[in-house]
Amino acid sequence: MSTPVQAQEGRVPGARTQGAPAGRGRGGRLGLRPGRRRLVVQPLAVLAALGLFALWVATGEITGTASALLTPATVVSLTLEHLELTLVAAVVVLLIGIPLGIFLTRPRTRRLAGPVVLVANFGQAAPAIGLVVLLAIWLGAQFSTAVVALVAYGVLPVLAGTITGLQGVDQRLVEAGRGMGMTTGAVLRRVELPLAVPVMLSGVRTALVLLVGTATLAAFINGGGLGELITTGITLDDTLLLASGAALVALLALLVDWAGRVVEEVARPRGL
Amino acid sequence: MPDSTASAGPLDGHRPDGVSGAAIDLVGVTKSYPGQGGAAVDRISLQIPAGEIVMLVGPSGCGKTTTLKMINRLIEPTSGTITIDGRDVLSLDGDELRRQIGYVIQAGGLFPHMSVATNVGIVPGMLRWEKKRIAERTDELLELVGLDPAKYRDRYPGELSGGQQQRVGVARALAADPPVLLMDEPFGAVDPITRQRLQDELLRIQDELRKTIVCVTHDFDEAVKLGDRIVVLGEGARVVQYDTPAQVLAHPADPFVEDFVGSGAALKALTLTRVGELEALQETTTARVGDAVADVVARARAVGDAAAVVLDDRGRPQRWPWLRQLQAEGDVVLDRVEDVLSVDRRATLNAALDAMLGSRYGGVVVTGKNDVYEGVLFLQTAIDAVATTRGGSGDDGPVPVAGNDEDAARALAGEGAS
Repeated sequence: MSTPVQAQEGRVPGARTQGAPAGRGRGGRLGLRPGRRRLVVQPLAVLAALGLFALWVATGEITGTASALLTPATVVSLTLEHLELTLVAAVVVLLIGIPLGIFLTRPRTRRLAGPVVLVANFGQAAPAIGLVVLLAIWLGAQFSTAVVALVAYGVLPVLAGTITGLQGVDQRLVEAGRGMGMTTGAVLRRVELPLAVPVMLSGVRTALVLLVGTATLAAFINGGGLGELITTGITLDDTLLLASGAALVALLALLVDWAGRVVEEVARPRGL
Repeated sequence: MPDSTASAGPLDGHRPDGVSGAAIDLVGVTKSYPGQGGAAVDRISLQIPAGEIVMLVGPSGCGKTTTLKMINRLIEPTSGTITIDGRDVLSLDGDELRRQIGYVIQAGGLFPHMSVATNVGIVPGMLRWEKKRIAERTDELLELVGLDPAKYRDRYPGELSGGQQQRVGVARALAADPPVLLMDEPFGAVDPITRQRLQDELLRIQDELRKTIVCVTHDFDEAVKLGDRIVVLGEGARVVQYDTPAQVLAHPADPFVEDFVGSGAALKALTLTRVGELEALQETTTARVGDAVADVVARARAVGDAAAVVLDDRGRPQRWPWLRQLQAEGDVVLDRVEDVLSVDRRATLNAALDAMLGSRYGGVVVTGKNDVYEGVLFLQTAIDAVATTRGGSGDDGPVPVAGNDEDAARALAGEGAS
């Protein structure tokens, strides 16, 4: 029997390690590298900003409609509405984007990826407000119309993330899997998807943040959400109300972005 | 469906003589891609004997990798037949087939998101082995490839060096004890020193297991070192020469092979010969510690030696002094250890020559078991020996068939039928 090999074989430059960050897996999880520090700082900053906002509202500088709308109860219910819009749209986006992305990276259908991404680009490139209004004219002004508009707007990052993630998987690994007798389905499930997860999740996070922002426009077509504050602010020419709505949407987006980053950290497969 | 305990599948080729490999026959195998002029692989017929390492070498784009991948049907042949252990692989389910053929690619092809143990256990898992059996097998294999299981089984590939990854890659390919191992440029991504070591390890493992190994390389030296036989391929996987490394080096079939062998064919042949095989070992005067110097000198002069090898009480060479050095030391041979240039009889001629060039005597002491003195080898005798081996004989039994024409295909097909 041979003696166990210690670490005497030098690490080879260019050896495929899929960019494993040094130190990861060996107590590295607790060390706060720059990306991790953000995970702590970001929610704290958002909470601090919210606190300041609440304080400002409570000190009673505001009057009239604004003070009626900026009660904790109303803000919370508008926020929940906003999140509902976002999440319903996000679920539909995932249900469309991920399977479509997988489909468009299979060997037989790979060449369709270009055209489909192009179409998805239209959805993204069209001005969101125009899309919302046009759809409202077609489908009527309601919650579901807002969801359709949001889906059209949010599908691209998820689709692109899935395609990029899967295309980024080292083809030799796919072949290694096939060469060992894995079925194509097993290769997808056990090799391609886990390796694509980081890129896919970052696409999902981008989509969520986009959706939180765009969901504001739902208020223009009776879709509800924090956009109500903004539309009311515009109608009443109440700059304070308008600014409050905008600030709350921005804080919500930051919070969703943070949640997305946490999920990315947690869901990243070990060894990557 | 294979049952849950036995690894024995349709390709199980275990034989009583220690050969666990299975013979592979390619008959008139062609791969052509639509829209391309010539075939990537053109009617290749190749007989690969069980338990041997056969190296496919050739310039890039010659179809060697395509040929390899058709054996496990990662690439489906356009026409022709491939049999492993007499069974037509084209009639088997592709995925089932591949689970019974080890496959090693460059840099190991390990899945970075799976631990070493998970990587190694993939194929047994697909064959529905029990967890405990998979764990035992994994440890056994890590041991076999020289990695301490306790230390490495839970590591991730990103935490291993290139050489270690490659070892795990070999362990993974051997997991379900397949009779056939296919290797595609397995050691291409590691540094030369690690590559040497991995090659030595592979030869050691092969000594133990006697699998049938088909290995693609573009490195002719690697082919010479690892191969029992070498297939030199030209454009369209044309078999230019199929022979033992010694024969390819000594008698390249045509200028193409000659070119491919490169300069220094004779030097490369040196790595094929072991010192012990040479029959060119010479006796020289030996002395034991405590012998009378006058005696030793007289014996040496009588046979014309100018130096004598001093052996210790267990017959191991201690030093190799000139006679006048001995005389200067006194009346009896002293117990003194000096650096004596010696090589083991299993060393390659290449290593022996390397030692000789650094020797004052133009020769080295050759030792056998337990480092016991066996004789000396001088430069001139080594050179003479090389000259005679160059004539070399292919005494490896019946020569396997290879070619790209009807004759080769018929020869193979006829044999398969009998």
